[in-house]
This record gives sequence, structure tokens and C-alpha cells, in this order.
Amino acid sequence: MTATLNLGVLGVAVLGPGLADWDSAAPLLREPARWQRQPTVVPAPALLPATERRRAGLVVKASVAVADAACRAAGLAPAGLATVFTSSTGDPANCHAMCEALATAERLVSPTRFTNSVHNVAAGYWHIATQSVAASTSLGAFDASFAVGLLEAAVQCVHAAAPVLLVACDVPYPEPLHGVRALPDTLALALVLVPQGGRGITVALAGDAAPTRCTHDGLEALRTQIPAARALPLLQALAGDAVAHVVIEGLDGQALAVQVDAA
Amino acid sequence: MKPLAVTAHTLVSALGQGRAATLAALQLGRSGLQRIDFETAALGTWLGLVDGLDELDWPAGLAAFDCRNNRLAERGLRSDGFADAVQRACARFGAGRVGVFLGTSTSGILQTELAYRRRDPATGALPADLHYAQTHNTYSVARYVRQRLGLQGPAAVVSTACSSSAKVYGQAARLIEIGLIDAAVVGGVDSLCLTTLYGFSALELVSDDICRPWDAGRRGLSIGEAAAFALLERDAAAPQAWLLGCGESSDGHHMSSPHPEGAGAAMAMRQALAQAGLAAEDVGYVNLHGTGTPGNDTAEARAVQAVFGGHTPCSSTKGHTGHTLGAAGGVEASIAMLALQHALAPAGLNVQQLDPALDVNYLLHNQAGPLRAVASNSFGFGGSNCCLVFGAAA
Repeated sequence: MTATLNLGVLGVAVLGPGLADWDSAAPLLREPARWQRQPTVVPAPALLPATERRRAGLVVKASVAVADAACRAAGLAPAGLATVFTSSTGDPANCHAMCEALATAERLVSPTRFTNSVHNVAAGYWHIATQSVAASTSLGAFDASFAVGLLEAAVQCVHAAAPVLLVACDVPYPEPLHGVRALPDTLALALVLVPQGGRGITVALAGDAAPTRCTHDGLEALRTQIPAARALPLLQALAGDAVAHVVIEGLDGQALAVQVDAA
Repeated sequence: MKPLAVTAHTLVSALGQGRAATLAALQLGRSGLQRIDFETAALGTWLGLVDGLDELDWPAGLAAFDCRNNRLAERGLRSDGFADAVQRACARFGAGRVGVFLGTSTSGILQTELAYRRRDPATGALPADLHYAQTHNTYSVARYVRQRLGLQGPAAVVSTACSSSAKVYGQAARLIEIGLIDAAVVGGVDSLCLTTLYGFSALELVSDDICRPWDAGRRGLSIGEAAAFALLERDAAAPQAWLLGCGESSDGHHMSSPHPEGAGAAMAMRQALAQAGLAAEDVGYVNLHGTGTPGNDTAEARAVQAVFGGHTPCSSTKGHTGHTLGAAGGVEASIAMLALQHALAPAGLNVQQLDPALDVNYLLHNQAGPLRAVASNSFGFGGSNCCLVFGAAA
């Protein structure tokens, strides 16, 4: 029994180097020669209540920004959406601060830092901000985090015949952890997946198939440098109107094939 | 959902290695908690420590993965013939059709915590012997188990704090039901580390006493560590138990406190029952999340009362194992299945005076008798709720 998952994409959002939002990024992804790599600027999250905004780290801010934008693009109320968050790690700056504090004699750890150390920190803040009681999961699969998150979100969408919000976000560690896990910048994206309607996609396991590369050298570099950027070939396909077939890099032997239907 | 066979399960906790040791402790009402220090953390609290992990012979060729968390995982794989059972499933379905979905909250972050004490004085760099991807990274435990067992199917770590290793049951069941895989290793592994020991203390959620879930004078949790694994298989002949339902919800309320009425928790329980096609009275025992913090137990009692009423026998087994955090869902799923298999609804431990405000049928003595179905609750930071329902094999 080999299953393929047929569903649709109703809303897309992105935030990354030289990619400020989906409306400005889509033309650049269609014509990458016009794209210029600029440091990611993460906006202040208007959606978060004041207390949460003060406490939120970069992974929360970037995740909430794209989640909010994708829901708006889809025209769906966030509170009704099951969510799948995926990230190679949680909040890296928070992790560094915790490890630094734990290496001192005093070991003074702030309660907020500890609360923010959970991998599902972005999901928690999102569901608080949107008062959503829908199911939520938070996944990690190192460099394959995007493929694993997309598979889970697509499975949930088809299995429950209900829309799912997928949020992928990776934020660099500060030194010294940067020295053992070097991500050059932040990249976040969100997709609202729907069982019917939207831009049709078909997702299937693709074994050892070679991942689709970005034809533009700069985008290709980005793709390999940030786990969430493994989505770039899919985002390029969604930015265009034509039928496209992309293979997304996953775990060993678990590449993901995505066919994007014509717009 | 279509009932899904659990064909093998095992666990390692402060109660001991494997199902027999765990069952014996439950039957005797023995706690594995001790007032003991961990590493250099002398907090004076009770811990559910797993002994002897440092002495475990480590598999050749997997040196980079060597850390407390993966050692605990390895101990679990060697218990109750679990690794052999996975090999049989692999032979039956093919390695690419067997998934790995594990929960953890902190994976092997202890390695990095220790490495931060050994930074290069000149550059600040971490020591070269820190293998971040294989130990600290959230995914490392699933990567280890996948590689160790030679599996090639889909894999992921679910990290939703203390509901993590319950939610993996739902994830695997969906993939099997939809036909992407035929079997999956699920469960969770979480090991003691300074982040959680000092972090929960900072939040004033750790008891200076042994944890006393459901006690009127409860003052917080006792932290433990554990590995728990289960094998889920399509069309199995002789299951240990059936997974009947997995309800999942969010509180959308607060990062570190539950909804005061347990609204999200109740929703997860109702959804699990609906998936199982069971009424609340069909469930003979509920293994509570029951951490022993004043707020958590109060909210959960309200949720359980709302869904099950005041008659269904229930207890928390965290007085036995401690709160094993990201492994708790897996540990308590295994205990729930042991309850089904051995017709034993275990009593909660360390209760001096039952809190009269918690209006459920909390067991203070083991209750023998056949059980048709049992439920297990797991709730985590970020407002993540999960309830599993298991049915008896026969």
C-alpha cells in the first residue's frame, strides 16, 4: 500500500534573508536574479499580547509572524486550525543563556527562560495569542525538519479532512553553540493546507530521490544552510503558475516528492 | 480510529528495567524516588534516577551518540526483547515501512551543559568532543534509535514538553492508517539534566518533599528520568493491547500553567473516547498526569470529573517514577497497558491526606479485576494536552 496525499495550499507566508513577506518574495522567487540576500528582519509581533511580546524570543516572533500572515492569506480564522510547528531547535539564544547560567556557581535560571526553553515555545505562544484550543504538535528532525513537518501536516490534513497550519522556523545559535551548529540567519515559512481547494499539491514519499536544487546559486546556498530553507524549491513552485515537481530533502531515504498543480 | 495493535512495549525508570520490575513495584506500592543529588546539582529534592547508565557497554560504531539520554534509550531497547521485536517487524514489512516517533523534552542537552564548563578560555569555543547533532539536538534520540535498529521509515521527535511521548502514538497511528507505513516504534526518552532540575526549581514547581499527587498538602513534583518504547503494527496476530484513541488539544491559556478548569484536558479526553467509540463508563482506570503541583492536580481533577464523573478509578504513578517529563506519556502508556494485561489498577503513592477538593475516585489501594479499557493523560507546558485510550488484547 503506497499512499499519496492529495490536498491544497490555501495560504503561504515566508520571512527570511531578502524575503520580507510572501507578496514581495513571490516575484523574487520567480526571478531569483532580482533577489538580494539581506539579513532577515523579524517584525514585532502585533498579534502577541504585551506580556507575551516582552517574553518572546526570535523563534516565537518569526513563527507567529508567518503563521499570522499565512492565515490572513488563506482567509481562515487561526483559532480553528490544528497546527504543526517544526524546527531543528527551539529558541537558540534562550538555550545559550540557560547553558551559560548553568555553568556558573550560582546557577540562577530565570523562570521565564526555563518556560521558553521548551521546543514547543512558538506553538504555545501562538495558541495563547489566537486562543486556539485546536491540536498542536511540535517536531524536530535536524536538517530534515521541514520535510518531516510537511509530511505530518499533510497527513493530518488528509486524515482529518480538515485544514492544518504548518509553521517551519529556524533561528541561528549565538556563539559558542554557533560553532557546533552554524545557521547563518533566520528563516520562517508557513503554509495553510486544506483537504480541498487552494493550489493543488500531491505529497508522496520519494525514498532516495535527489533533492531539487534551486537554480540560483544564492538561493541554493541558503537552501542548504538553514533547515527551514529546504522548502525553497517548493516555495519557488508555489510562486509560479506552472505545474512543478520538486523533491524536498528529508531524512536518509525519506525524501519527499511534491507535485504542485498549475495555478 | 481503527484499533491499532501494540505488539511489544517496555520501559525503564527508577522502578527498574523492564515490565516485570515495573509491575512488581506497582503491585508492592514501591516508589523508585530517592532523596539524592544528580551530577553537581545538590538541590536536596527527591529524584527518580535510573542507576547504572554510566556502566552500560556502549555499541561500537555509535560513539558520537554517547550521552546519558541515548544510554537510557539503549537500556530501553535492550529490555523485554524490544529491539528483537522491532527486527521481526522489520523483516515482516521492510525497514522503509517502519517509522520512529519519539518524544523528549531535553534530549541530551546535559552534554552541552557540561561542555559549557569546558569552554576554551581564549576563544570561548566549546570542546571538540561535543557532538551536538548526535546528543544535544532535539532529534538526536530518534536519530540514535533509527540508526541503532537499522530502520529507514519516516521519523521525528515530538517535543511538546510533558505530553511529547503520548502524542507520538497519534502521529504513528495516522501514518499507519493512511498507508504510509506498516509499523512504528513510538515512545519517549528523557534524562536528568541541569536545565530541568534548576528550571522547575526556579518556577517553584519542585517539592522539597517526595511528590504527593492528590494529597491535600502536595507541594510540587519530583523529577524523574525514563525510557519507554512500544511497537505499533498493522494487522498483528497477538497484540499486547490495542491503541483505541488519541485525543489532542491545546489550552491556549498560559505557557506554564494549565487552564484552571482543565478545559483543554477535558477536550482531549473526550476526543480520545470518541475515537475509541467508548463511553466514559467503559474505561476502568485512568492514569492521571498527576504531577503533584497544587495547580496541575486541581485542573486535572476538574477535567476528569467533567468527563468521567466521580466513579472511575484513577491514580497518578508519578509517586512511583517521578515526573519523567518528555518520557512521561510513554511511561504511563506502558503502565496503562500493564494495568490491562495484569488486571491491576495501581494505587497512587505518598498520599497522607487525600485532597477533598479533588473530586474523583483516586485509588489509595491497588484494585484487582479485569479492565476492558484504560486511559492515560499527559499534559505539557505550552498548554499541550493528550489523552490515550488502550483496550485489552483479549
